[in-house]
Amino acid sequence: MTITKTALLAGAATLLAGAAWADAHGCDLGEGNVRILGNEFGAIQAVVDRAMECTTSGDMSANLTTEHKELQVAALTADPAQYTVAIVANSSIVPLLNDDLIRPLDDLIAEYGQDLLPTQQISVGGQVMAIGFMANAQHLFYREDILEQAGLEVPTTWEEVIAAGQAIRDQGIMDHPYISNTMTGWNLGQEFNNMYLGLGGSFFEPGTAQVAINNETGVKALETLKALAELSNPDFLTYDSNATGAIWEAGDAALAMMWGSRGGGILDDEGSTEEVTSNTVLAAAPTVDGGSIPATTLWWDGFTIARNISDEDAAASFQAMVHGIQPEVMEGNEEAAVWLIEGYQPTPAAAGVAASAQGGAIPYPMLPYAGLLHTALGNELSDFMQGRESAEQALADVEAAYTTAAREQGFVN
Amino acid sequence: MSADVTSQRRSTGLVVVSSVLVLLWVVVASFPFLWTLWGSFKVESDFFSRTDWTNALNGTRTTIETGGPFTTNGYSGAWIDQDFWRNAMNTAIVVTSTVVISLTLGTLGGYALARSGFRYAFWLLMIALVFRAMPHITLVSGYLLPFFEWNLWGHLPTTIIVLVAINQPFTLWMLHSFFLQIPKDLDESAMVDGCNRFEAFWRVIVPVMWPGVITTGLFSFLLAYNDFTVTALLLSRENQTMVPRIVSFLGSTFEAGNVMFAVAAVVSITAPLFVLILFFQRQIVSGLTAGAVKG
Amino acid sequence: MPHRTFFWFILPSLVAMTLFIFVPIVSVVFQSLYVEHEQVVVVSENCGPFGCTEETTIDQDATRALREAEPLGRFAGLSVYTDRAHLAADEVGAIWAASTGLGDFVSRLMNLPFYRALIFTLSYVAIVTPLTIVLGLAIALGVNGLPKVFKGPTIFVSLLPMIVTPVVGALVLYWMMEQNGILGSALQAITGDPTLSLRASAPLTWITLYIYGVWSSAPFAFIVYYAGLQTVPQEPLEAAMVDGASRWERIRYVVIPHLAPLTVFIALIQLMDNFRVFEPIVSFNAGAVAPSLSYNIYNDLRGEITLFNSAAATSVLTILGVVILLTPVLLRTWRDFTTKGGH
Repeated sequence: MTITKTALLAGAATLLAGAAWADAHGCDLGEGNVRILGNEFGAIQAVVDRAMECTTSGDMSANLTTEHKELQVAALTADPAQYTVAIVANSSIVPLLNDDLIRPLDDLIAEYGQDLLPTQQISVGGQVMAIGFMANAQHLFYREDILEQAGLEVPTTWEEVIAAGQAIRDQGIMDHPYISNTMTGWNLGQEFNNMYLGLGGSFFEPGTAQVAINNETGVKALETLKALAELSNPDFLTYDSNATGAIWEAGDAALAMMWGSRGGGILDDEGSTEEVTSNTVLAAAPTVDGGSIPATTLWWDGFTIARNISDEDAAASFQAMVHGIQPEVMEGNEEAAVWLIEGYQPTPAAAGVAASAQGGAIPYPMLPYAGLLHTALGNELSDFMQGRESAEQALADVEAAYTTAAREQGFVN
Repeated sequence: MSADVTSQRRSTGLVVVSSVLVLLWVVVASFPFLWTLWGSFKVESDFFSRTDWTNALNGTRTTIETGGPFTTNGYSGAWIDQDFWRNAMNTAIVVTSTVVISLTLGTLGGYALARSGFRYAFWLLMIALVFRAMPHITLVSGYLLPFFEWNLWGHLPTTIIVLVAINQPFTLWMLHSFFLQIPKDLDESAMVDGCNRFEAFWRVIVPVMWPGVITTGLFSFLLAYNDFTVTALLLSRENQTMVPRIVSFLGSTFEAGNVMFAVAAVVSITAPLFVLILFFQRQIVSGLTAGAVKG
Repeated sequence: MPHRTFFWFILPSLVAMTLFIFVPIVSVVFQSLYVEHEQVVVVSENCGPFGCTEETTIDQDATRALREAEPLGRFAGLSVYTDRAHLAADEVGAIWAASTGLGDFVSRLMNLPFYRALIFTLSYVAIVTPLTIVLGLAIALGVNGLPKVFKGPTIFVSLLPMIVTPVVGALVLYWMMEQNGILGSALQAITGDPTLSLRASAPLTWITLYIYGVWSSAPFAFIVYYAGLQTVPQEPLEAAMVDGASRWERIRYVVIPHLAPLTVFIALIQLMDNFRVFEPIVSFNAGAVAPSLSYNIYNDLRGEITLFNSAAATSVLTILGVVILLTPVLLRTWRDFTTKGGH
């Protein structure tokens, strides 16, 4: 567990150093403007609140909204850009990279960011483009009591999950023991990504944007998803995070694949019974088909600095954000996220993400055209999931939909 | 005589049928709202219960979590902790301005279209109608870049003007239909008496146009009040109106929201509308009793 | 009315509509005719919190030159319209050749995103529009006949489905229809099928959406008709009464003809709004079985990478669809317009 180890070794020392640095320099930004765009997220709010402690004679504002992805490209294309900082994840940084809207941070790191960990620095082609501060992943949630009641071991592979679910159903404990975020669209596409990467598949022909998922691995991934869906409520194509969280809290499922960032809310005492919360365990995502890596994708959230702004604003924004993600931000927010910050100790709510990362799960690809495939998967797989077409036909439809979009976006000819 | 009796009997039948229908409709229309009102005083795991819907009636979980069968946590959470009143203020500004501006532009334009009689008036209406077919989300995506470029993005006036413009085809059509119902002789006789067109419009038409204008206003109001696409994408966080805020209470894929804040917000914002509609209902009728519509 | 007066009366409306609707539409039409310029990709090493991987990225220097040479992108003519995501000319041809009969053809057609959406959209328009008009008129007549005291509260309640913010209104209904929700449980009890789920089957989802559509737009028809009823001239009504016409006959021969222009108006607006049906699909998470054209646009714009030209093409097709749909109503309006002393 790299995060903890680094923390244990270096945590205390840097905490002191960090405090000293903050005292010595305060956080005065001079005249630069800081305007932050990001998702509305408790942990991001904490980081931004801390960044806003800095003083400047220029603007200091933040717009944290669930619509940030829809705004960011247009907002940063304007010259000067509406926002100096965009808080992104490994999927939402892609449109900014594609349109060349964010600036390399190497100079700024050399000047203001010596304390940043190398693992926080997200680089593309050798240039640091973003600074990460938290992680996320989908992973296994299970109910200890139910598994015990059914006489089952904790499953560590998807095959075992399917067998365990079947056993729970056969013993009449639950009709629909398994849930995951399988809503048509982004969620369903993401389910496929997790499984396909866990099977060792690659989405594209190496070095090109030619899609290559209509193969045995793709079929295998779909069949595994179908087997899981059969253990799920027939409504599964309408299940998003809000639905799965509520079902879990109501005690209506024993096995689930859900987001790590939802763990805290599920484990707290609100909305659920003691029976459910005390028996819920968060674990690494299972492996599949004898593979060695958890079948899930790893995500980071980090900040980027806009290109179309003055160097002065960029420096001020970078300093403010570095101040925002200093280890002190975690005080009182330990549960808010899986922090990628020095000194972070995983809480029980973070155990699943940490274990998945340690197991070597693959990060969500930052490919310029990955989002196109994700959209195509989300739209074209539901017919198969409902049993209306074959796996091969579904994958062929995905490839056709992707290729149409990729051609019009200039990625394939 | 016998014909009169039959007609009377048929009428009674009709009255019964129509009363039953109205009663049925009242139940269907109000039930989800009453259910929401009731549920807003429960916790999420009761109102949106997965285990048993009767939890929403008994408040099983509410009693466990808050100590009583009713709780006002949703209301205090939304209004006090989350500063929902700011969003309410923004909505008040956006909605009032949108309605006033829409109706001012719309009555002038609608009146002209109803009285013109030239073919281009018809074609203008047709084009306005086709304009309306454009999905809002495509329009708004197109606005983003120029608005950011010209520093218009995020401000209330920008959103107000966009809402007015988007709603203008509808307002024009609706008011045009209402003005067609007002006899031409009214304003024409005023013009014979020496008024110019605008004076005739102001003195004769304005006093009798209220039923139509108020109904149209009601729709402009609802458009601005319930709009999500435009307000979510064109307003910055500090200028956000209620609906995008309510949606953000619902949470996203990665972060759980607080659905009960949203429910409480919706209920508390519907209450003042009751008064508003009672008031305007009288206006709609008083337009009639002014008597001028009869010509 | 003289041209000059007309011009000044209409000018403010016209300016607003031109700037915020007409100009954007023109730009959307242009964008639907272009596709992005070619993207030059290179393989590079990307590193992050979870290690390094070899990935492709866009070669910005090489792509910039292409971008500057063709700022609008590559001209593509109508090819976006005929691609698989829209009219799918090639695919439809292939399906036609391969299909064994009309039923088979239609079911294969449903595999293409545009046709899948079009079929649901048209069925929604055809079912929801007439029901809304009839229900709205019936309520308006009913409310109009109520004693004065009841009118205010009844109007308020009748408007509730429209007033309650759609996103939350639909959410509440959606939960009520959940298998364990009050409506879902009631349905299971009525049908005697404990596994019945309104969300799992496509036909039931469609019906749910139709019902929601009528429920949420009937208030619109109602209030327009109700306002119209306030202006029904009294003399013909009184004359009809003297002639011994029943209440129903008075409605049939005096009231309904008087409301005809409003019916045209309601039909126009409803046809158009129903053709753009979108919000209930999102709120009911029904995108899998009941996508509409607007839902497809939303998908294109909301993906990680915005497909603006594809959304633009679907938008233009939506407008064309509305125009075709409205033609009969427009012809009627044109007739009315010319008979009412057009020049």
